[in-house]
Amino acid sequence: MSEQVAVQGQTKQINLLKVLGPVHVWALGVGIVLVGEFMGWNYGVGKGGAFGALISCWVIGLLYTCVAMIDSEVTSTVAAAGGQYAQAKHTIGPLMAFNVGLYLVLAYTMLEAGDVQVAGQLIQIGAGELGHDIPWEPFTIVCLALLAWLNYRGVFMTLTVNFVITAAAFLSIVILFIGVHPWNPTAVLLHQHLLTDLPYGWLGVLASLHFGIWYYLGIEGTCQSAEEVRSPGRALPLGTMTGMITLLIAAALTWYIVSGLLPWEYIGWDAELAPLFDAARVLGSPWLTVILFVGTLFSAIASANGCINDAARAWFSMGRDRYLPSWFGAVHPRYRTPFRSILFLIPIAAVFALYIPLAQIITFSILSGLLNYTFMPFNMWKFRRKWPLGSIQRGYEHPFHPLPAAVLLVLCVATFVAVYLGYGRQLLAMMAFYVIASLWFAFFRYRYVRRGDQFTMPWPRPQGY
Amino acid sequence: MWTSLGWIAWAVSAVLILWMFWDFITINRSFGEDVLLSSREGVDELFGESSKAKGN
Repeated sequence: MSEQVAVQGQTKQINLLKVLGPVHVWALGVGIVLVGEFMGWNYGVGKGGAFGALISCWVIGLLYTCVAMIDSEVTSTVAAAGGQYAQAKHTIGPLMAFNVGLYLVLAYTMLEAGDVQVAGQLIQIGAGELGHDIPWEPFTIVCLALLAWLNYRGVFMTLTVNFVITAAAFLSIVILFIGVHPWNPTAVLLHQHLLTDLPYGWLGVLASLHFGIWYYLGIEGTCQSAEEVRSPGRALPLGTMTGMITLLIAAALTWYIVSGLLPWEYIGWDAELAPLFDAARVLGSPWLTVILFVGTLFSAIASANGCINDAARAWFSMGRDRYLPSWFGAVHPRYRTPFRSILFLIPIAAVFALYIPLAQIITFSILSGLLNYTFMPFNMWKFRRKWPLGSIQRGYEHPFHPLPAAVLLVLCVATFVAVYLGYGRQLLAMMAFYVIASLWFAFFRYRYVRRGDQFTMPWPRPQGY
Repeated sequence: MWTSLGWIAWAVSAVLILWMFWDFITINRSFGEDVLLSSREGVDELFGESSKAKGN
């Protein structure tokens, strides 16, 4: 079939396979993110208390709603792998595109490393519960190898598996919610005893925004599948917006359950890995404990799976445009996947997963994600100014422009302040890294970029040109 | 049994990684760079095949 690419001296084009629908887009976005409901968000409780974490859940939820609205509109017009990288290339320019591409690759590769590290440690914890002491490293590596193999073999199976395990993980949260008898809030839950005032005031609430990102980090990854979706103009906005709604529900349920079963000092404790799992253990039901253990493990695996997919697409797109060596822009002739990019990024994720502490890895991921969100308002303003409504066909037009872009920018700045409060050195080191990378691109790499090939969408000349 | 699970995990990882490398080398030898790098951005329909029938 697709091996027959060279016919009588003529080279047939091999593109990524267009086989995905809205369900796969949902599975990609929610799959990457849902792990953030099972772990990570709880460190925000340590900064701002339970109510502080709830406020950050709402505020960051608003930030990501703006991200989803903006992304859905722009991506519904740019059917290209690389997501925001391809958007930046069309609306702003090569240097911004290079930086956005790097933000994407680092955000997803670091998150992938954190996910497989957590998956290995969860298996170790599960074995420990049964009275067996085993190392976590082999299970981290086997998760990474299995997911890389799945991604290598094809996107349809990869995201179908992601749909199944993501849906199962989401269902485990719903089952736990039913298990705490929400129809009788005082029967099992102890909100009236456990909830306190803000322990560190509003400064603590501001600091907790950093960890509020966990509830939703990665939903923007849906647009990396743009080139593999059958109808990107329709499927991407539908998959992204339904994914965001799913996450808002999951975040609300998670906070409600955990804050009603565990004291805030324990939830926000540095050594607390999986608050939903612990909430199930507190209930004393073996069934709920097993279901939440499986849900937590599935969420970590689904996230790593989606991250391998997205990091490889971003790297592949940059290679194809010669922002990186063009060697990375290869597509597997049989499986139609960016196989060189997938293989190249796996050892990097493995090294970070095995040797770097989880908090450091995730901070790299959050910072890269945050830089990406800060680019989006500028992208949106330029996009609407250059191609106003009606000038090109859009699958989705977000309402109230420029309000979402302005709100997004303000919330990004507030979150940068929050990150600076806890991880100032990492933030500055990360900024220095991107400045050095930008200098390398401008002075050593840009000469290889084919400038005439950058603009690939069949759009009219932008207004003002 | 539990200790051997770790070794099984290492073995499965090795098999999967070796298979990917074997396939990677085979593909690179069987196909030229002009074929492998032939993918192009911007050749897709935004609204799928159905939009053609509706005249979008």
